[in-house]
Amino acid sequence: MSGKSELIISKIRNGVVIDHIPAGRALLVLRLLGISGRDGFRVALVMNVESRKLGTKDIVKIEGRELTKDELNLVALVAPTATVNMIRDYEVVSKFKVTMPNVIEGLLKCKNPKCITNQQREPVKSRFRLVSREPLKLVCDYCGTMHELSDIEKSLGLV
Amino acid sequence: MVGFLDWFGRDIISVLDFGREDFEVLFTEALNMEKYAKSRLDVLGDKVLALAFFEPSTRTRLSFETAMLRLGGSVIGFSGTEATSMAKGENLADTIRMLDAYANAIVIRHSLEGAAKFAAGIAESPVINAGDGSQNHPTQAMLDLYTIWREFKVIDGLSIGILGDLRYARVVNSLVQALSYYRVRLHLISPELLRPRQELVEFMESRGMKYDWTNDPYNVINDLDVLYVVRIQRERFPDPMEYERIRGAYKVNLKLIERGKPNLVILHPLPRIDEVDFTVDNTPQARYFKQAGFGVPLRMALLRLVLGGGS
Repeated sequence: MSGKSELIISKIRNGVVIDHIPAGRALLVLRLLGISGRDGFRVALVMNVESRKLGTKDIVKIEGRELTKDELNLVALVAPTATVNMIRDYEVVSKFKVTMPNVIEGLLKCKNPKCITNQQREPVKSRFRLVSREPLKLVCDYCGTMHELSDIEKSLGLV
Repeated sequence: MVGFLDWFGRDIISVLDFGREDFEVLFTEALNMEKYAKSRLDVLGDKVLALAFFEPSTRTRLSFETAMLRLGGSVIGFSGTEATSMAKGENLADTIRMLDAYANAIVIRHSLEGAAKFAAGIAESPVINAGDGSQNHPTQAMLDLYTIWREFKVIDGLSIGILGDLRYARVVNSLVQALSYYRVRLHLISPELLRPRQELVEFMESRGMKYDWTNDPYNVINDLDVLYVVRIQRERFPDPMEYERIRGAYKVNLKLIERGKPNLVILHPLPRIDEVDFTVDNTPQARYFKQAGFGVPLRMALLRLVLGGGS
């Protein structure tokens, strides 16, 4: 984290700091993690700050919400450059770069209206397999429809 | 070493779940079954096959039914949902659970894509996909491959043209996937509007398949060993005039096949409307009825492999 952003938001005690989010995508990251702001967690958000690596970046700090590594790896869908710092008692206890999971279950909606996963009355969760990281391509495991970044953003209600 | 046991109890959802060695086992068994296709081989006498046809079918349904009966097994099922509880609003999952309790294997055709895979996840018995949406029709592709293998003794090295609706015909998707296990030259022939989907193009690229696309069958006819024809559906065209124009340009007739190799083989999954002229039926090149006939021994082989019944 750069010194300048330290000036803007204070340290958190317990939680996660998601750093190196591509500029302008912090809100998408929160949306992806299901954090609406109405759930009571303390959230700090910094957008468009200077970054040595990225030029400009966003940072999100979430206090009090337990997030698993699997949940955090989903951030890679919209912020593949993101790094995660897990904080306990103001100290960074672990740090990792998000990696796109090979299988994503339940989170996204297939864009094919004729896909079985879009049927309301069937007990079925969507399932996508990662085909390519760059450019991002996911394929619906049920109907084989290819999804690109724009489809995924649409599916998450991000655009 | 792939053998009989590798097929036992397996779901047949997509040809991509299988490989070239699996196909070889299947073809050998289908060849063996040809001699029983008009008689009977009592090996599945204790088995019941459920045919769950949520969408219309003639050949696929009847050839599965015939195959099961020729193997001494029994068949239950439905065609269309009017007379079933689905008409009362029962969902697919519950219908599959019920069939799973009654039968030893389930053959399913459904209009929704991924329905067969979903059913396979629910049922403990093997599920065989007899066509779902516009994605997969694996047993048709296996039949197509078997017919080619029977005609040429090999598949490697052949030049294969696929003509018609390359975008929405599920048999095209499955056939191209199945051919990816062989070294073939593919010529894709269709109107611009019905070019193959991006997914299929990317698939061919990823498998390093040799293929090209043309909108004119006359450009490639003299290079083909096999011409595989699929229907061009009227409902795909917003403008009926455009459909009429295209329909004529893609008609397989004597004039077209005269330009082809003398040993050209013309295949069609059927039903044929008028994309292959009736005058072609009597030429030595026409093998589509023979292809349909192989549907019984091929599906006998599939059922025997999946359900057991000895080797």
